[in-house]
Amino acid sequence: MPITTDQQIKGINFSEFAFRKILFISAISIVILLFCFFLTLVASSLPSINTIGIKFIYGVTWDPVSDKFGGFPFLAGTLFTSLLALIIAIPFSLSVALFLGEYFRTGLISAIFKNIVELLAAIPSVIYGFWGLFVLVPLIRSLETKIGVAPYGVGILTSSIILSIMIVPYAVSLTVQVITLVPADLKEAAYSLGATRLEVIRNIILPYTRSGIFAGILLALGRALGETMAVTMLIGNSHIVPVSIFSPGNTMASVIANEFTEATGKIYLSALIEMGLFLFLVTTIINIIGRSVIKRFSIS
Amino acid sequence: MEGTILKTFNFSANFGESQVLKNISIEINRNEVVAVMGPSGCGKTTFIRCINRMHELTQGATVNGDIRVDDNSIYTMNLIVLRRKIGMVFQHPNPFPTMSIYQNVVAGYLLNGIKLKKTERDEVVERSLKRVALWDEVKDDLHKKGTFLSGGQQQRLCIARSISMNPEILLLDEPTSALDPISTAKIEELIFELKKNYTIIIVTHNMQQAGRISDRTAFFYLGELLEFNDTTELFINPKHEKTQNYITGRFG
Repeated sequence: MPITTDQQIKGINFSEFAFRKILFISAISIVILLFCFFLTLVASSLPSINTIGIKFIYGVTWDPVSDKFGGFPFLAGTLFTSLLALIIAIPFSLSVALFLGEYFRTGLISAIFKNIVELLAAIPSVIYGFWGLFVLVPLIRSLETKIGVAPYGVGILTSSIILSIMIVPYAVSLTVQVITLVPADLKEAAYSLGATRLEVIRNIILPYTRSGIFAGILLALGRALGETMAVTMLIGNSHIVPVSIFSPGNTMASVIANEFTEATGKIYLSALIEMGLFLFLVTTIINIIGRSVIKRFSIS
Repeated sequence: MEGTILKTFNFSANFGESQVLKNISIEINRNEVVAVMGPSGCGKTTFIRCINRMHELTQGATVNGDIRVDDNSIYTMNLIVLRRKIGMVFQHPNPFPTMSIYQNVVAGYLLNGIKLKKTERDEVVERSLKRVALWDEVKDDLHKKGTFLSGGQQQRLCIARSISMNPEILLLDEPTSALDPISTAKIEELIFELKKNYTIIIVTHNMQQAGRISDRTAFFYLGELLEFNDTTELFINPKHEKTQNYITGRFG
């Protein structure tokens, strides 16, 4: 009995061909989608770009009633909250990652902890917002009263704390992975020279994993920049350039979410879309910078 | 300085339930080269990893009995002091990839946070690299990464890294098994030189190698020390049938 007839071979060849085409079309559609995305944003923000011009980036007044659209307070608010969130989250994430990646690599405790950290990422951001409103805002308010600044409760610090909790799982899960990948050989070589565990972490594990850790931080930053819901609930939505960690402010994502439904004028709507384009560009630039740094850091 | 440097008493080691070393008692003299041989899984690597207490880094690893270095139990000695006294070189060359050649040689000092003056550090680097006959090959590239060197050079760099701490004993875990014949020959020559200053315990799969470089050979089988004798004597006149079978290549 012949194993394959010509007919069957033809069929096999066709399915190979079709399968490859399907994969190719799926991949290319992502590229096209991203391109269309960008085009739509650019096209819809053209009215605003033409009317407001470069002032959109450095203007500090956002007053839709008198058609003044200066986006600087939102850029400042976005960068301020995200960077502060990173400053809070990095030492914390690194500690958790070292604990799970080096001290408790296996076993039940480790598995439970790892799952709980991952679960943090699954909590909807509106719930983070609620928790922030009911728990964090009163706490910050009493702190503000104590140190004698205007007790808003909401503001940059409150949003940053919530953001930092939200980005921990992103930073942790990548960092745990790279820490687990440090060759046992290298750690043993260091131990055999008399190094203690702390010395091994500081001189072997951290230098070896720095590009991975950086990637984790970057991932977290990308998440923090674009986070909308929880921040909108906690930042105070004031169109001012934040001057201290206690001032209320606004972020690019929040202002879009807040004002999109009530944007009546043509320019107003277009300005909000331009804000989206702006956010898109900022995150893209940060991503590109990050990637180049990772490339420079990584060990050949 | 003659006499015993290392002594084990009824020493056993386990990974969880399974016993990998059974009642090993052995005495090793200062400045001799001891080859540890035996078929795979006989516990030879575990044996040398117990001497600098690396065995215990593995989860579930336990030991029984005692090992004494210079008549001090390794279990009462400070771990850092012990591991400085006993250098270790691994099967695969493993220079630290984030460090330069120079930093690799003084890695033991860097890791422990011991401050050395620059002149002292330069001296340690030069002396250690000369001892492993690597100085002439790398003296112009000291600040390049150690991972750019060839496998054999990397392994000699790792030996330099160990001896820069002035250990008394060097543990070599199949140091040439990942190397080509020329690099292997260089390492063997080196061991012959190093023997003047250090006591060397080398795990090897290669019987010719054991014959060429060691003074005495220990034959391990299924976690037991079957035979420990002068290398030539053990090869010509093995007391144990298993040893005989192994060296004549009937199993391996």
